[in-house]
Amino acid sequence: MPVVLIGLFAGFYGALFGVGGGTIIVPALIWLGQRPKVAAATSLAAIGITAVAGAIFYAWYGEVHVLYALLVGIPAAAGALLGTFLQQRLQSRVLMALFAVLLAAIGLKLVIG
Amino acid sequence: MTIVLAIAIGAAAGVLAGLFGVGGGLLFVPALLMLGLDQHQAEATSLLAIVPVVLVGSWRQNRYGNIRWGAVWKLGLGSLCGVVAGGLLAERIAAASLQRLFGVLMILIALELGWRAWRGERSGEPPSGGRSSRPLSDAKH
Repeated sequence: MPVVLIGLFAGFYGALFGVGGGTIIVPALIWLGQRPKVAAATSLAAIGITAVAGAIFYAWYGEVHVLYALLVGIPAAAGALLGTFLQQRLQSRVLMALFAVLLAAIGLKLVIG
Repeated sequence: MTIVLAIAIGAAAGVLAGLFGVGGGLLFVPALLMLGLDQHQAEATSLLAIVPVVLVGSWRQNRYGNIRWGAVWKLGLGSLCGVVAGGLLAERIAAASLQRLFGVLMILIALELGWRAWRGERSGEPPSGGRSSRPLSDAKH
């Protein structure tokens, strides 16, 4: 049940800000006791569901630009290969510290505006 | 030139996605704004751009055995409801009013994760306290 609630909140947050909600899911799964690598991998897969649902929802309003999505999405898919490769070679502790820095930066940007 | 920069930002977003399990929307939205889309279009298009990232990332992570599929479906089910609620709200309000609140939340989460990482450094792996190895099995929750 807590996992469904995490998803609910992440989807809400994701749709509101046009992101997948991973910044919510990953810390929440770690908090529930998952290893950081498992949390990140599970989050990424779950985000796929959020992203597909969100894209269909917004396509209804005619706001999805497919060519632009491919322009950033295809290089990003290549980047994801490198990212997962690196992740397997980093210690969980290092990964979590880097993620904390990323979240703090996002948080500061949101607060400052 | 803008296009080259957008591609570079896209690639960087993918690396972050693979490393940390976020979708990459954080960087997609500013890149798409730069290409001339408005805020709503950028957010909508960002969600579609996340799809290929997730396909590639999940394919790799599944081979490493890191994905808990039971939790994936639960998170997905919850998020479907959340997406509808969030999407309806985003069409009606300026998300700016919620931005600060989420910003503070992110900073608090960052501090908590930083604390866990630091504590993990002192006590060795695994860093997540006494609950570290509890699986997210389908029977629980």
